[in-house]
Amino acid sequence: MPEPRLIEVRKNVLKKNDVVARELREQFRAAGVFVVSLVSSPGSGKTAFLEKTLTLLRRDYRVAALVGDLATENDAVRLARSQAPVKQITTGTLCHLEASMVQNALQEWNLDDLDFLFIENVGNLVCPSSYDLGENLRLVLISVTEGEDKPLKYPTIFNSADVAVVTKMDLAVAVEFDWQAAYGNIQAVRPGMQVLKLSAKTGEGMQEYLDFLMGQLAELRVGAAS
Amino acid sequence: MHELSIAMSIVELAEEEAEKRGVQITAVHLRLGALSGVVKEALLASFEMASEDSLLKGSRLIIEDVPVIVFCPSCQAQRAIGSIQLFCCAECGTPTSAILQGKEIEVVALEIEECQSPV
Repeated sequence: MPEPRLIEVRKNVLKKNDVVARELREQFRAAGVFVVSLVSSPGSGKTAFLEKTLTLLRRDYRVAALVGDLATENDAVRLARSQAPVKQITTGTLCHLEASMVQNALQEWNLDDLDFLFIENVGNLVCPSSYDLGENLRLVLISVTEGEDKPLKYPTIFNSADVAVVTKMDLAVAVEFDWQAAYGNIQAVRPGMQVLKLSAKTGEGMQEYLDFLMGQLAELRVGAAS
Repeated sequence: MHELSIAMSIVELAEEEAEKRGVQITAVHLRLGALSGVVKEALLASFEMASEDSLLKGSRLIIEDVPVIVFCPSCQAQRAIGSIQLFCCAECGTPTSAILQGKEIEVVALEIEECQSPV
C-alpha cells in the first residue's frame, strides 16, 4: 500500500505578484515618483475624483494615471480631459489589477518625468485587497450614497488601504448620510485610519486632500535625499 | 471572484514541487488568513476546476483558517481581536490595527503518495 506522507513547503501563493510589486516599488523610489492607488466599489466616484485630482495637480506637478477597467475605455476617455497622460489597462474578466499589469502598462513611460502616478483599480471592494501594486499610498473610497456600514461589510479592503476618502459629500444631506456612524465604522475595522471627506463636484475638501498628497511627495523626496 | 486565479497559482506552485521531487501529490495544505480577501468556499470550488487538467487532478485542498492576531499596545502582547468588524484587543478592549497575522495565503505542506518498492 502506498503511504501518504507530508512534505513541508511554506510558499506564499501570491509570491509572484509580491516580487513584481517590490520591483515596481524600487523603480518608483528611484524615480522619485509618488504612487497612489484607488480602490472602491463601482460607482463610488473614483473617476470623477481622479479627473479632478489630475486637473488640479497638473498645474504644479507632472501627473499621470493608469486606469483599470473590465471592458470599456470610458474611464480613460474621461480622465484624458484633464490633459494628463492616461493609459487604460483593460482587464477583461479579471476583477482586480495585478502588479505585472501595472509593470506592462508602464513600459513606454519614463517614470523620471513624473511627480505623481495614480492607479485606479477595477471597481471592487474584495479582490484588489490581496494584490500589492507597489504603490506608496492606497486610498479606499466610499461615497455617501453607499451607506455608512460599508467598512463593516468589507473590513479586509480597509485593512489593505492607508487612507479612507468619503466622496460625494455634496449629496450627504440629500441621502441623510451619518458622518459620525461612517467614521466610527471605519475606526472599528481600522483603528487610527485617516479619513478625508470631499466632493469632487463642488471642490469641498479637495484642497486638504491635495495638501496631504503634496506633503507625502515632499516627505518621500526628503527621505530619498537623506 | 479572484479565487480562480489564486487557485491556479496554488496548482502551479504545487505542480512545480511535484515535478521537482518526482512525486504524485494527493493533497495541498493551505493556511488562509481571515484578512486574506479570499473566500474559502469559492477557493475550494475553484481548486477543483484549476486542478482538473493538471498533475494535481483528483487531489484535495485542505484549508486551515488563520485567525487575526494583533499587537495590543496596552497588554504589550499578541492578542486576538473582538471580531473582524471590531479591531480591539479581545482581552482589554484597546483599539489596535497592528496586524501580526491574518493575511496569509500560504501553501505549507503537500501530501504525497510514496510507492514502496515491491518485496
